[in-house]
Amino acid sequence: MLTVQFLLLGAVLFCIGVYGVLARKNAVMVLMSIELILNSVNLNLLAFSQRLDSIDGNTFALYVIAIAAAEVGVGLAMVLLIYRNRRSISLDELSDMKG
Amino acid sequence: MLASESALSVGWFLDHAWVIPIIPAVGFALIILFGRRLPMKGSEIGVLSMVSSLVLALGAAYQWIQRVDGASGEVAHGLVKAAEGHSAPYVGPVIHEWTWWQSGGFEFGIGQHIDGLALTLLVVVAFISTLVQIYSLEYLRGDRRYTHFFAALTLFSAGMLCMVLAPNMVQLILGWEIMGLCSFMLIGHWWEDQANARAALKAFFTVRVGDMGLLVGTGALFFGANQWTQEHLGVSGFNISGLSAWAMSGEASKSVLTWGAVALFIACIGKSGQFPLHTWLPDAMAGPTPVSSLLHSSTMVVAGVFLVARLYPVFWEGMKIGDTNINFIVLIGGVTIVIAALLAFVQHDIKKVLAYSTVSQLGYMMMGLGAGAWLPAVFHIFTHAFFKACLFLAAGSVSHSGSHHSFDMKKDMGGLAKKMPITATTWIISTLALAGVFPLAGFFSKDEIIDNVGHNGYQAFMIVGLSGAFLTAAYMTRATYLTFFGEARGAAAGEHHDEHAAHDDHDAHADHDAHAAHGDHDAHASHGPHESPKLITVPLMILASLALVAGLANATPFGSNWERFKKYVEPSSEYVAVEAAVAHGPGEALSPVVVTAEEAEGEAKSGCSYEAPGAGEACYFPAVSHAEFKWSKAALSLLIVAAGLVSSWLFCVQYYTRRNRRLVGLTSRNVVLRGGYTFLWNKYYLDALYEKVIVRAVAHPIAAAAYWFNQNVLDGIVNGAAKISRRTAGWVYRNIDQRVVDGAVNGSGAAARGTGGALRPVQSGKVNQYGALLFAAAAIGALVLVIINT
Repeated sequence: MLTVQFLLLGAVLFCIGVYGVLARKNAVMVLMSIELILNSVNLNLLAFSQRLDSIDGNTFALYVIAIAAAEVGVGLAMVLLIYRNRRSISLDELSDMKG
Repeated sequence: MLASESALSVGWFLDHAWVIPIIPAVGFALIILFGRRLPMKGSEIGVLSMVSSLVLALGAAYQWIQRVDGASGEVAHGLVKAAEGHSAPYVGPVIHEWTWWQSGGFEFGIGQHIDGLALTLLVVVAFISTLVQIYSLEYLRGDRRYTHFFAALTLFSAGMLCMVLAPNMVQLILGWEIMGLCSFMLIGHWWEDQANARAALKAFFTVRVGDMGLLVGTGALFFGANQWTQEHLGVSGFNISGLSAWAMSGEASKSVLTWGAVALFIACIGKSGQFPLHTWLPDAMAGPTPVSSLLHSSTMVVAGVFLVARLYPVFWEGMKIGDTNINFIVLIGGVTIVIAALLAFVQHDIKKVLAYSTVSQLGYMMMGLGAGAWLPAVFHIFTHAFFKACLFLAAGSVSHSGSHHSFDMKKDMGGLAKKMPITATTWIISTLALAGVFPLAGFFSKDEIIDNVGHNGYQAFMIVGLSGAFLTAAYMTRATYLTFFGEARGAAAGEHHDEHAAHDDHDAHADHDAHAAHGDHDAHASHGPHESPKLITVPLMILASLALVAGLANATPFGSNWERFKKYVEPSSEYVAVEAAVAHGPGEALSPVVVTAEEAEGEAKSGCSYEAPGAGEACYFPAVSHAEFKWSKAALSLLIVAAGLVSSWLFCVQYYTRRNRRLVGLTSRNVVLRGGYTFLWNKYYLDALYEKVIVRAVAHPIAAAAYWFNQNVLDGIVNGAAKISRRTAGWVYRNIDQRVVDGAVNGSGAAARGTGGALRPVQSGKVNQYGALLFAAAAIGALVLVIINT
């Protein structure tokens, strides 16, 4: 069924995103990976919305997009400040929070 | 019927008489809230509200006269049939009643019950209050609680007005208690002085003793009457019309009536200063003089007399006034007349003479009511208000401008007639009116009481009344002589008292602070006694002229055309259809004249109160009989009064001015006279009885028992509880606090530390690792979810 293919695509995107978050050293790349994860979730929502013939999923997807935009805004601002302080955005060097 | 409806007019003023007490009540609130900020410190609101009340009361009185005249006119033209043998038809009171509150199925009403009696009192109270407030503007100028004084005075009048037009017992009690509270505030106006505070407390508590009777009596009558009144009239057992009709119906339980009437009369004894609860009244002189004037002429003490007059059918039936030669009311009234008059002879304080005079005159009113002389008693309220208010205000004027704030006749007065001509003239006119000299106000009312008491079969009390008249004339002459004639003494002679303490027992005007604010007062000392300013003399002159002519309002000797009080004030004792006197709700006019032609009033006792009303009929007032006026009887009492005046005057001249050797010091030489004097000086030892015997007998054992209970039982319990709790606390400290609680706290601290150490490596500070943990946790969560759902 069509839904299954959408869900598979979502799962693949999710895995790529998780890999990116865990493996990338560049902060901007991590943010992009997070966007991937969010969009895979959007795909899921829309697929189920299509299948159940309900508008609810679309609405949630719209919310997720709006929140993702805000999240990227905040994230990029943090990255910018980190760069200004350290002249680098490599996450490996950011271990000041070590307990 | 239509014609008679138009004739029995209910004008706007009659219909809205309930506004009269509301005006001063609102005035009181305004004075309390804004008084201090106003240019005249709130006194203008007080005077203004009393003037408005007076205008409304006069309007209502005028419309009432029109109403009665209209009804009489109808009879004259044959439009309405009066009962055979009666010239006047039944004119019902104007009653409106609204539900005030409800509780447990009982409705408590508030409203108005306007008839001749209520209107008489309304006009008198509003009138005297207005004059007294104007007088106080000057008398209390510069007082430190000037605003509060006017607030309390205004509320006091509101209370009396509220009581006077009460349609039921609940509102009556409301007004009654407002007055009790305000009298406390006013008598204790200068409370810094211990004696004044004591007098205020004494007044309050003595009246409270009587007030128990009011509550008990009201309750007893309510439970006795409620069923009957609901059934026949559709009103509650608090309703005054209802109670009257019930008492006269012949179906009322005799014992409830009797005990209800006795209980209510005990309240009147307390409020109206009757023997043996009169002791508070002379002490109440501690208040400012305008307060004494208001209290003693038209409000407060008249309240008890008014209650008897208002619920007269209840007392008439309960005390069997129509059938006996002696009853509770007449006995108390008669005893009060004599004992109070005797006490007035030994007083040094001019205001106390007047106080005992008031007690004695109230005794006349009570005696009249108790002997069936309803109309003369009510008329005596009316005339007495004017001359007694005038006497008090004149006494205040003397102390204000003549004797440097002293009220001591023997020390600080004498010979003031020349220095204060207006005050002296008004005082003498009022004195003659009080003594009952023809044709002044007191003659027409007091003589009628004495005459009617004898006429109604209470001959013994007629003699009491006559001897009271002799005593009244004598003690008032003594006070007049000491104050205004003879040689000037003390402050009246211009001496300045440096020690105010010497004479400040009663009027704390001598209180230095209040008095320093007066400014011009210390100047008195330098130029001696002088006439008071206009704000004081004008009310005096108005009252004195009324003391001259008020008696003509019901001048029985001049024929029935002069008997206006009889026509307009005395309720008609007719059998009427029951709905005639009971009306509900705003705007509901009364049903018109309904008179059933019963048998004519004959020589034999018949009519209301002697024969029960028929079905569908009710009586609202007993058929009281009136004595025929005879000049021979009046001449006797006038002779007695003249004898009192002359003999007392001669005695005073001999005793106080000539210092006749045979008279001076007689009370210390003669054993009998000395005993009598000591007995009177100590006020029959009633105060001693109350304070030393009764209070000690009742209060001391209770206090001792309470102390013992406190020391042994309560303290034992408290100490025991303390010991037990101390031991428990020790055990708890050692075992629970030290071991359990501290153990738990330390243990959790150690646990947190260990966990922290164990989890420390997780906090690597690397974002990727955090993310890995997050996803791992999410994956585990998802796994669990899947496992659970499958």
